[in-house]
Amino acid sequence: MSSKVRVATMWFSGCSGCHMSFLDLDERLIEFAELAELVYSPIVDPKEIPDGIDVALIEGTVNTTEQLAQLREIREKARIVVAFGDCAITGNVPSMRNPRPRDEVLRTVYGGGEIPGLEDGAVPALLPRALPLQAYVRVDHYIPGCPPDADRIWKFIVTLIKEGKPRLEGEEIRFG
Amino acid sequence: MITLKLDGREVRAKKGQTILEVATENGIRIPTLCYLEGLSPKGTCRVCMVEIANRNGKLVPACVTPVEEGLEVITRSERLTRLRRTIVEMLFLERNHICAFCVSNGHCELQDLAVELGMDHVTFPYRYPGLAMDLSHDDFGLDHNRCVVCGRCVRACSEVEGAFTWGFTGRGIDTAVATDLGIPWGLSETCTSCGKCVQACPTGALFERGMATAAQVKSPEIIREVTERRPRVF
Repeated sequence: MSSKVRVATMWFSGCSGCHMSFLDLDERLIEFAELAELVYSPIVDPKEIPDGIDVALIEGTVNTTEQLAQLREIREKARIVVAFGDCAITGNVPSMRNPRPRDEVLRTVYGGGEIPGLEDGAVPALLPRALPLQAYVRVDHYIPGCPPDADRIWKFIVTLIKEGKPRLEGEEIRFG
Repeated sequence: MITLKLDGREVRAKKGQTILEVATENGIRIPTLCYLEGLSPKGTCRVCMVEIANRNGKLVPACVTPVEEGLEVITRSERLTRLRRTIVEMLFLERNHICAFCVSNGHCELQDLAVELGMDHVTFPYRYPGLAMDLSHDDFGLDHNRCVVCGRCVRACSEVEGAFTWGFTGRGIDTAVATDLGIPWGLSETCTSCGKCVQACPTGALFERGMATAAQVKSPEIIREVTERRPRVF
């Protein structure tokens, strides 16, 4: 067991499409389970980010104070941080709010009075801008695509684990 | 005839030809963006830059640089790929290029360049400017968010259609394309609605209205096909 690669996945502001695409690995998930152990993910039980993560695949844009804290925590605990999909790399759809001030966006959606997201409370505060991972932490590798298809994800994982370096080439790095 | 070297290979060219033309004739691909066959070359995007080995590695845009006797041109090197990729990165961060739901997703010259140059992320901060769309024209739309200000629409409109509807407004990073000195496209009295600007546009900035995500396939080669049947005027 201990020789397995310890993989974590996270999901910030995004549509979960990258995780759906990960599940599209289908029968390759069995092979994945032989190579790696999924130690933290929206699709497994643990609630705390564990220590000693080898590879963290992070989907989505950093949009809230909570996500930023989680990103910094997983950066400390993971040897390799991977921006997983266009939102994590470019900001993509969640970054469409960025040209307008944060409060104006929240007021447009929720109206006047007491509204969620202005300050940390029952829900975390929205950051001034929705930014990609590399705006805050060092990112080691990128898997472009919206979402990256299962073949692309599989090739990334297999080359990273077996060759020590991910090898996405040509069309495999196309955005969108 | 002129003799020069392209990537170490000796080639012959006619006086007045550009490095890009001679490279294309000899089967050497140099990436381009603001260049479009049939329009006058402008050399503004700098994606096509090449090195002149016997001029201390000087960088010149291949699309506007005429060949000279004895030039030793390098079209492909790690340095050129790095510089071209940086230029494409800066085009991506300058405006809001969100490939995932663009009409031109999968049929976009900017996106193709990112693939060709190995750009899997942008290394500088994005700008996220607040930019408008112009949907006042019945048939076509303009989205400034996706415009790279290559000027292909401006040249297609003036040099091929002769309408002079498109022009530039603003300076530096605020430069933008504009119709009839800045009035909405749909109110333009000079626009003939020929659609050449849309076909010439390398990204999803100009599009046919009603197109869904990834549905806008363009035919920029129509500019060459139209101009081939005319005497050259430039």
